Amino acid sequence: MSGFTIQVQAARFDAGEEINRLSANPACGAVVSFSGLVRDHGDRENVTALELEHYPGMTEKALAAIVEEARERWRLQAATLIHRVGRLALGEPIVLVVTASAHRADAFAACEFLMDFLKTRAPFWKREILRDGASLWVEAKASDDSAAVRWQ
Amino acid sequence: MTLSLLYFARLREAFGQSGEKLDTEAATVEELLVELRLRGGAWAEELAAGKVFRVAVNQDIAVPATTLSNGDEVAIFPPVTGG
Repeated sequence: MSGFTIQVQAARFDAGEEINRLSANPACGAVVSFSGLVRDHGDRENVTALELEHYPGMTEKALAAIVEEARERWRLQAATLIHRVGRLALGEPIVLVVTASAHRADAFAACEFLMDFLKTRAPFWKREILRDGASLWVEAKASDDSAAVRWQ
Repeated sequence: MTLSLLYFARLREAFGQSGEKLDTEAATVEELLVELRLRGGAWAEELAAGKVFRVAVNQDIAVPATTLSNGDEVAIFPPVTGG
């Protein structure tokens, strides 16, 4: 999978650096990226942090399968998928998807597909930490399921 | 036979453990769930028919009819919420 990178990590990533790395390819005319960030509201208001749990082993396997499926559907030169775990403060990046292709249509579609499938298939679980110290698991969303279903 | 059971997120907390080794004769996922429900309490409640949860066998999503073998890793977890 040269050019195709999957990382699950606690450390922060630099989206610009990742985008630049995939842009340094003369065969690529299009690089699309999606960054997911910790925001101040989700299932509840006053969110100050998220805690991300995952299933080591299965998570990487699921992400590799999703990238493989994207490569079967679209002409991709490269892709990077980074998902963080552990405690993430407000505004911090959670997830990054970068796709590179000769043309924009493939890069756009593959990027959205990767996010939609990641949200419904990769074993990660979020817990919201609220300003008053309470912490509660996020519920799975039917809207995420319908977003993934439209690719079938 | 012996299975390695793993629990994640809300279910890990409800069951009060992240995993366990289980000696069992359960031949399928469904039989294993029946056995776990018999423990009562959080097990009966969280794994009740109609509750939404997922089961993976050896890190692949399973269905009730998925068969189990000695040494399998069986994970039970809530629907995923990453991204």
